[in-house]
Amino acid sequence: MNKITRRQAMGTAAGALAALGIAGATAHAAATDSRAATTPSGTVDEVYQGRRIRITPASGGHHGGHHGGGHSGLPTVRIDGRELHVMRNADGTWISVVNHYETFADPLSLARAAVRELQGATLAPFSPMGGTA
Amino acid sequence: MTVRKNQASLTSEEKRAFTNAVLELKRTGVYDRFVTTHNGFIMSDTDSGDRVGHRSPSFLPWHRRFLLEFEAELQKVDASVALPYWDWTADRTSRSSLWAADFLGGTGRARDGQVMDGPFAYSAGKFPVNVRVDGRAYLRRSLGASVAELPTKAEVDAVLAMPVYDMAPWNSASNGFRNHLEGWRGANLHNRVHVWVGGQMATGVSPNDPVFWMHHAFVDKLWAEWQARHPQSTYLPAAGTANVVDLNGTMRPWNDVTPADMLDHRKFYAFDTEPAAAASQR
Repeated sequence: MNKITRRQAMGTAAGALAALGIAGATAHAAATDSRAATTPSGTVDEVYQGRRIRITPASGGHHGGHHGGGHSGLPTVRIDGRELHVMRNADGTWISVVNHYETFADPLSLARAAVRELQGATLAPFSPMGGTA
Repeated sequence: MTVRKNQASLTSEEKRAFTNAVLELKRTGVYDRFVTTHNGFIMSDTDSGDRVGHRSPSFLPWHRRFLLEFEAELQKVDASVALPYWDWTADRTSRSSLWAADFLGGTGRARDGQVMDGPFAYSAGKFPVNVRVDGRAYLRRSLGASVAELPTKAEVDAVLAMPVYDMAPWNSASNGFRNHLEGWRGANLHNRVHVWVGGQMATGVSPNDPVFWMHHAFVDKLWAEWQARHPQSTYLPAAGTANVVDLNGTMRPWNDVTPADMLDHRKFYAFDTEPAAAASQR
């Protein structure tokens, strides 16, 4: 059985995002979505279909996102406080563990798709090895 | 010799043997180990870091090995069982016999997507979803809801015509056969089928739905068909490539198997469409 810690799994993505210089783009994409309540730093905090979506941009972005929860180069996406595992594809699109085989244009679209898919269910505790909820 | 048959041609007895063996692996906890392994790779395989099971050249040999291990577990329960494959270019509606109550059961109900018939329905009591990304312990499906059409034969043929196995950057952005089959580019074959089924199949814990194995058995068959069409083409990359598994590199989590070991499926099984299978079947 492989042993992949969250730090390892996320760390590799972090390095690549930094190398590509796209970490800051996330915050910008979210901030330009008029439907979401956003702050100047790009944080999203909205209620969608009764669920609270909070997105904290990756740290290290060039718009002052140093206080974000994303210590990895990826944004932290939470639904009702539970973290959603997200990944960025090489073409800039996004997937999550809830919608893994379908890509989305930005983290907010991804989070909303997860809310629709959850149909009111609670996300399982974040666990890179899947976990047994 | 294991012969993998088209699921549409299975007898009632063969269907029952398969679903009973799956239920037994669920009962003993073996089944859930496979779900956990798969999700671990789903979450750690990244386009810019180490990647083994997905979005990388070893997508096909990794899943071949994964299926072989699962099939071996099924055969410990019932030696007569082989993995069936689901040709979704042919059986492409929710009315297919695949989704009947005597096999996998059908689509989920509108309210919550819960599968209500067949041996894997939560209400039948033998197939709880234990390894999961959310709180729901019941098998879910929404056939054809998120994407209307399964890939067509013509779309498959266009991908099978691609002569190069894979190419840099060896991830979800690659051109070539592997990534078009996996579905991150082009017509979207493998990924689209996961989305078409919906429910757990659309998530990182997709093996929770037994159709996962039949879907991947068909993807595996398409790899074999591609090899037959392109005898001069081989697995790539050959050597010295960062973050991905070269031809003779070892694949996690087994660490004792290489893509080269997996290239010839005939060492392990035949498909019912192959002459070798016809010869070994009675």
